[in-house]
Amino acid sequence: MTRRLPTGGRINRRRRLSFTFNGDHFTGFEGDTLASALLANGVSLTARSFKYHRPRGIFGAGVEEPATMVELLDGDASGNRPVTTVPLSEGLRAKSINCWPSPEFDLGAVTQLIARFIPAGFYYKTFKWPDWRLFEPSIRRAAGLAAAPAQEPKDGHFESRNAHADVLIAGAGPAGLMAALTAGRAGKRVFLADDGSEAGGSLLSTTQTINGKPAIEWVTATVAELATMPNVTHLQNSTVWAYREHNLLCVNERAPDHASLLERNWRVRAKEVIIATGAIERALVFANNDRPGVMLASAIQTYVNRYAVLPGQRAVFFTNNDSAYTAAADFEAVGGEVAAIVDSRAVVSDTVLAQVRNIKVHLGSVITQVIGYKHVKAVVIQKRDGGFGPTIPCDLLGCSGGWSPTVHLFSQSRGTLKFNEPLSAFLPDTPAQNCTCVGAAAGIFSFAEVLRSGNEGPTTDHVPYSIEPLWRVENKAKGKVFLDLQNDVTVDDVHLADREGYSNVEHVKRYTTGGMGIDQGKTGNINIIGTLALQQGTALPDIGTTAFRAPYTPVSFGAINGLREGSVVLPYRHTPITQWNKDQGAVMYESGARWRRPGYFPRPGESFQDTVNRESLTVRNGVGVYDGSPLGKFELKGRDVGAFLDLIYTNVMSTLTPGHGRYGMMLSEDGLILDDGVAFRLDENRWLISTSTGHADAVNQHMEKILQFDRPDWQVMITPVTAQWTNATICGPKARDVMRALGTEIDLAPEAFPFMSVREGTVAGLPARVLRVSFTGELSFEINVAPRHMLTLWEKIMETGKPFDIAPIGSEANHVLRVEKGFLSLGHEVDGTVDPYDLGMGWILSKKKPDFLGKRSVELRRAGGNPRRELVGLLPDDPNDMIPEGAPMTPNGRTEATEGFVTACVWSVANNRVIALGLLENGQTRNGKIAHVRLKDRVIPVQITRPVFYDPDGKRLRS
Amino acid sequence: MLIIECPFCGPRNETEFVYGGPKGPDRPDPTVVSDEVWLDYLLNVPNPVGAVQERWRHARGCGDWFMIWRNTVTHEIIEGPCDD
Repeated sequence: MTRRLPTGGRINRRRRLSFTFNGDHFTGFEGDTLASALLANGVSLTARSFKYHRPRGIFGAGVEEPATMVELLDGDASGNRPVTTVPLSEGLRAKSINCWPSPEFDLGAVTQLIARFIPAGFYYKTFKWPDWRLFEPSIRRAAGLAAAPAQEPKDGHFESRNAHADVLIAGAGPAGLMAALTAGRAGKRVFLADDGSEAGGSLLSTTQTINGKPAIEWVTATVAELATMPNVTHLQNSTVWAYREHNLLCVNERAPDHASLLERNWRVRAKEVIIATGAIERALVFANNDRPGVMLASAIQTYVNRYAVLPGQRAVFFTNNDSAYTAAADFEAVGGEVAAIVDSRAVVSDTVLAQVRNIKVHLGSVITQVIGYKHVKAVVIQKRDGGFGPTIPCDLLGCSGGWSPTVHLFSQSRGTLKFNEPLSAFLPDTPAQNCTCVGAAAGIFSFAEVLRSGNEGPTTDHVPYSIEPLWRVENKAKGKVFLDLQNDVTVDDVHLADREGYSNVEHVKRYTTGGMGIDQGKTGNINIIGTLALQQGTALPDIGTTAFRAPYTPVSFGAINGLREGSVVLPYRHTPITQWNKDQGAVMYESGARWRRPGYFPRPGESFQDTVNRESLTVRNGVGVYDGSPLGKFELKGRDVGAFLDLIYTNVMSTLTPGHGRYGMMLSEDGLILDDGVAFRLDENRWLISTSTGHADAVNQHMEKILQFDRPDWQVMITPVTAQWTNATICGPKARDVMRALGTEIDLAPEAFPFMSVREGTVAGLPARVLRVSFTGELSFEINVAPRHMLTLWEKIMETGKPFDIAPIGSEANHVLRVEKGFLSLGHEVDGTVDPYDLGMGWILSKKKPDFLGKRSVELRRAGGNPRRELVGLLPDDPNDMIPEGAPMTPNGRTEATEGFVTACVWSVANNRVIALGLLENGQTRNGKIAHVRLKDRVIPVQITRPVFYDPDGKRLRS
Repeated sequence: MLIIECPFCGPRNETEFVYGGPKGPDRPDPTVVSDEVWLDYLLNVPNPVGAVQERWRHARGCGDWFMIWRNTVTHEIIEGPCDD
């Protein structure tokens, strides 16, 4: 029976806290964890295991806990929390996971009846016929531990902070505190982080003394001194969870002292890192080593000394090293009965035995199995070489397989590990970054040496504690032998993996899932490696460890996110008339590169299609206006711009005369279309080019890369002016009339201002640059003004255009108009897989230029003769049939590999029917034939046409 | 997260930069080389275990393109920014 001790411990008995577990009400004290409070209340059956639903209890005392996860309810709702890491708080509500209705009586336990058929990897070989998808829903329901919480998180926010430090110290145990004192006194900027609720590390769990006084007093004094130093930042409840390149470490502060702050994540760049993360005790491996009442010896010591809890009445300790004797002595000192110590070693030193004078010690012996189902009832002892031994009744079994230095962070930093024979452990070897391991993390287990290593760095002349490795008890016994308590991985599973050919330790890990739980195998991985070594007849250094990866312990997503949520994550870019658009009731879209643009301007009583049709007809028959500001624009100046544009565009640009422009296409070096746009020559050495909205940044990067690396001797200066010029584009047969009415000194006559030219002057009294380009296929004037003039210009246009029934149009109508013309749009017809020939635009590839980016690759690709997907027009049989954009086309509509897809589909106001564009294999030779669009529930036959549905000769936009 | 030294702005966090790929051989003259040489230039990109010369752009800073030598195993930046 587990219970609270009347005195002692670091709990605050003046403050009693109420909590519930599985609906039952209990109390504990401030300073308890949920684990210590449950044990104090006599609750020791707390969970059912993941696969076999075996009864489980509390195995450890800290982050190494593999056996009991809990789900927290209410405001703190979260799942899969190790019960030993949940601080007790008033009103805490928690429940067991993976059992129903309770851990005591769990229906899931029936899986134990079929345990023989579900070893590691069974799901690779079963649940396949006739179709594995049939089994998937039920397997999904059965898998996993706690569900994601349904409740809203409590009020508060997360924060992310950056910090610089001269030295970051991970761990505030004796070595870490010593290092912090030394560095702090020397005036260095120190960042000290420890994942415990208070500083002290192992000193909180033991009865260690310094100069005859309890070591905990030294801790208190040290923490107080550190608090007086302004150059020292000391955080508790803060886990250093990742060690990245160039000494960048992540620290998760779980209890920041700020009312509305839930958690804080620090990114710390440190000149030097000191890893003082201590060591973790290992489990021992024998039959039924998972029963409630089996605990780590150091965990028993922690519950006794730190939490004033007796985890049992009558204990047996099983060990292969010296440290368990101190735990047994501490247990006995508070009134527990130690029935025996079972030591696998034949010889133990007298100084060690002197700690446990009254206790029977069985040397050269092992525990072969635990008797008991819902709790430990007795243990069976045998001599190591097989001779019979007694069965000892007990209700607590403390195991110590030795200690593993906590090398996770060191290994994450890419430092190498080396197996140390005397310590039977992997120790830090060669660092890859500026970091040092001190104390137990460096394999220094004698307390005096630990303090010294914190002060000066590690020394090698320490007195090693004595251990003889016992990776698993080899004596035969009935019962499952567990290597990983969390994922129910047994010795048989590891042997099976090895027999099936998965003999590399990384393969064994994944095949058996050993070490893949939330505890990441902190108490068991070394035993898996040892078991493998025994199986393969090699040594541990030959097996090696699996890679250590961040996070060291789970980190909440909120902490990693910090304040990056909602609109802060990706802010929108606006033009000066965004508010005007909204006031008009425009439905706003995001249209590439985070630009906010109006999709359409609905009028009362109009459906979506009504609005789009009206706006499209306005441009075809009258005059419309849209905001084209987000388009990428660049000014290029210099003597060599002409040659540069000739290199990056497929057509010749250098022959343009000032005032004239040309539509051009840019390819990437592999011959596929990168971007398209219009290039204008403003002057002898001054040009203006435009790119698509979404690719502006990419094209800028592309151009700079070529100039800075390949052509550093060329005089070309690029200035991005996307945000420096805003434009209102007036388009439609009446566009010239509106321009005249606005008032400009620019000669608007078609001969004086032809298509594809640029004029500078004033429009409506504002300095402007006017371009004749057309995306809609109608007569267009793109009036570019400075952003501060944009709203004025726009309002003047709306005012002046009233007699002509001018209307603002959005991107939906623009889409209809360009599809009617068969103009390409990046992201629709151009998806990174097409070249100009595919779009029927072979004419844009200059035959005169010997070289331009992509030319060689286009030719090479064409020479391969493989079938290409080509741009076609598509007319569905039913003229009212809207096809979803992106819909696949398959041969005869069969369910097989696609031969193309629909890139755009709109209601055409010019043709009064649905039209579509698509990319179809060998489309150019299939003109007039039928293709088939394959949707989920039906097939749509479409007629293949040329990809243009309006004004194929381009007369309207040249008018 | 690496610290990369921009030739104009000094040492900055990796998040301010855009990676531009490893530096392979210079662009051969596409008007004269064979298909094999051209394809090799396009498709075979240096990917060594150890030192690699690579391009970075200080996209969230001055916008400059530069090259560094970095060790792909230890992430040590062996040689700072240079233009060639």
